[in-house]
Amino acid sequence: MDALRVHTPGPYTTVQDQGRFGFQHMGVPVSGALDQFAHTVANLLVGNRPTCATLEITFFGPELEVLNTVDIAVTGADMALTVNDAPVAQWASLRVHKGDTICFGQAISGCRAYLAVTGGFDGDVVMGSRSTYVSGGIGGVAGRPLQSGDMLARGPGRLLESARRLPWYPLYGSDIHLRAVAGPQDDCFPDSLEVFFSSCYTVTDKTNRMGCRLQGPVLERGPDAPKSIVSEPSVHGNVQVPADGQPIILMVEQTIGGYTKIATVVTADLFKIAQARPGDGVYFHPVTLDEAHALYREWRQYLAYARDALQAG
Amino acid sequence: MAGGMFEEPQFHISGDRMLLVALGDAIDIQVNENVRALTELLRKDPPRGVEVVLPAYRSLAVVYDPLVTTPERLQAVIRRMSGKLDDADIPAPRTVEIPVCYGSDLGPDIAFVAAHNGLDVQDVITIHAGRTYHIYTIGFAPGFPYLGGLDRRIHTPRLETPRTRVAAGSVGIAEAQTGIYPLDSPGGWRLIGRTPLKLFDARREKPFLYQAGDNLRFVPISPEQYRCMRQEGGA
Repeated sequence: MDALRVHTPGPYTTVQDQGRFGFQHMGVPVSGALDQFAHTVANLLVGNRPTCATLEITFFGPELEVLNTVDIAVTGADMALTVNDAPVAQWASLRVHKGDTICFGQAISGCRAYLAVTGGFDGDVVMGSRSTYVSGGIGGVAGRPLQSGDMLARGPGRLLESARRLPWYPLYGSDIHLRAVAGPQDDCFPDSLEVFFSSCYTVTDKTNRMGCRLQGPVLERGPDAPKSIVSEPSVHGNVQVPADGQPIILMVEQTIGGYTKIATVVTADLFKIAQARPGDGVYFHPVTLDEAHALYREWRQYLAYARDALQAG
Repeated sequence: MAGGMFEEPQFHISGDRMLLVALGDAIDIQVNENVRALTELLRKDPPRGVEVVLPAYRSLAVVYDPLVTTPERLQAVIRRMSGKLDDADIPAPRTVEIPVCYGSDLGPDIAFVAAHNGLDVQDVITIHAGRTYHIYTIGFAPGFPYLGGLDRRIHTPRLETPRTRVAAGSVGIAEAQTGIYPLDSPGGWRLIGRTPLKLFDARREKPFLYQAGDNLRFVPISPEQYRCMRQEGGA
């Protein structure tokens, strides 16, 4: 069923879900929503399962026309959402009707917003996922970001019986604290591991779905450490250090690589990187693997708590 | 330690959900086969909590759910499995032929590769197409093969300034490596030819033409054959 027509697409708006798993060894990256918390909550707010696809809206939002009555929810970055020019709240469900205009402005805080509709956005299912992977030309709407004139269809799903609202939501400040586990190649940086964990790095504008490039104190390799390693699988959150010593946090469009990785951000903090804006300060804090697993458990409990809170509402 | 192979697997932590298992420290066919064997054993009989197993050159990654298992438990299972790699039923390697139209505007750098190595263009083609390449791993882009064993006589440095767009199917050389671009992308490899085949097509029943462990041969074709095969849909 047609749900929305794209009047203006915004600079980089794509259909994303939880990701495309199990094909990284064929060179196909996981992709998926960079902020899985905001993606999941947007879905839950309109009564969807977290596996449904949402729109990931980067920094500046689109203008969309509603084609049929549907529930929507917008989470993530605050993008001055309006419906028919009237400001409306994010992190809450909202019923919109045929002819309504949904309009986003520029991100006021955070970097990426997520829009969910009843039933989830339809889109090309490739290798089990609707996620758009633009360089590979697969998933979502013809494997590309939205364009003016695109018609967005949705899957089957019932309208809500009563409106939903998350009673709390994250605030995205300009100081970003990331907990990270040393490794896999922390032994290549015997003298700069401490620099890494005690300095402030700045988010640069060279940031996309492949990686978030940071700038700050140079991370020097030890005298015996190799410049590169035999390419090995990478994961969302790996902090890679290329020859210039400026760290890059790997995002979701990577499969394998031969740069050394000094540390890896914990799963529970990955959403913060998705919401980082150029100029923000990033601080890395060391945790042990056991601590990281405890944080992971808390993170999953937090998601379950959000789900229960919304389904009760 | 023969051929860069470790006596015991080495484990590295890559965050709270990925365990890296290294079986050697070098690019080596035997190490690579062991990686495939261990991958096969782990996929056939996955320990509880293992979600994905991803093989690479000399290591593999195990993605797990920390709510279900621990890295210590996985390490114990993997150590045990690595002692019986002979039990793995890995598919016999296939040899996949990749037709390539060498030179002309499809391979604009072939004259440079020849001149750099003091050869004729025909020598470059004969040498490049004259051997079988082991596919060590696939990555970087969908279906991009990391190949072993480029003949020393045609090693050539990368372009100083990468091209902003290299056409899908382009065959190139970068230092001691040769490879094929599966997608239109920026790139700095010296281009010597192009294949009409699509290395990755999500709409095909089999999206990929080969897998790690297979062998690859380049087969020279004429510009006419290239055009015909392109019109037939590149597959």
